[in-house]
Amino acid sequence: MDATDRDIVNNLQGGFPLCERPYAEAAAKLGLNEDELIRRVEALLENGTLTRFGPMYHAERLGGALTLAAMKIPPQDFERVAQIVNGFPEVAHNYEREHDFNMWFVLATETPQRISEIIGAIEQATGYTVYNMPKLEEFFVGLRFEV
Amino acid sequence: MSELSVIKHSLVTPHRPQVDEADRRLLAAIQHGLPLVPRPYAEIAAWTGLSEEEVIARLTRLKDNGVIRRFGVVVRHHELGYSANAMVVWDVPDEQVTELGRCLAGFDFITLCYRRPRRLPQWRYNLYCMIHGKSRDEALAQLEWMVNHCGLQSLPHEVLFSRRRFKQRGAVYSNHEDR
Repeated sequence: MDATDRDIVNNLQGGFPLCERPYAEAAAKLGLNEDELIRRVEALLENGTLTRFGPMYHAERLGGALTLAAMKIPPQDFERVAQIVNGFPEVAHNYEREHDFNMWFVLATETPQRISEIIGAIEQATGYTVYNMPKLEEFFVGLRFEV
Repeated sequence: MSELSVIKHSLVTPHRPQVDEADRRLLAAIQHGLPLVPRPYAEIAAWTGLSEEEVIARLTRLKDNGVIRRFGVVVRHHELGYSANAMVVWDVPDEQVTELGRCLAGFDFITLCYRRPRRLPQWRYNLYCMIHGKSRDEALAQLEWMVNHCGLQSLPHEVLFSRRRFKQRGAVYSNHEDR
């Protein structure tokens, strides 16, 4: 990744233009031309620096639901439980963390009701309690990863 | 960071803007990414049976009303060298949560900040924030800076570093409860 790529990643994490020639407009701000920006974004996607180039939706405003859930799994049973949990398509990402509460995952479902159904299903499939930790209040941050 | 964090704050209240069938078609068409061609909205128009002008107008509205939260590159932070992912959880008196949440959210190394329910007696923490650092030491130094700056010395907290990440879909739905 060179200085131009870094510029692209740092400046295009939001606010992509909505106009006929958006790449040309975004490129101009970065001192690039349209074609060069498109090729570089393509390369950053191919080499895995970017997971996607496009919109990020607000699940709740589309009628869906998101929550963070945690589990406390004895270390010797962790792998088995992780496999079961990761097998649920509603599990968006799952992290092992250093704590008694050692499994933390995000559930994304089409409707708010589905959250509790999936939690019930995970509890049944694993034999452990799932602690639902939905957000109650959000403090907005400027979401930026500087590279 | 290049931009001052825009600190907004909201209670999580159900807020559902109108999203019609054509909006849904449009959102589905671009959920995995915008075409990498000079006129991407014209291409999306061709897929969805809308005009280019209408695609732009609808996306502008969906962005203005918050259905589209962000529009741009979605980074794989681990590959960018942000390998230390610390979830810091705090036990904050309920009446101070909002004030402290705002204070934490103001730091540019904080990528998420939420109030969540306690689960007593097992779990006492009600304020969460995420620090992405290039190393554990960096994340811990940032935490210390934040503790001093926001006056959090007396508040019980724990740092939960991630050990492994099992699944990270190129999340289509943001707010990434946990990135």
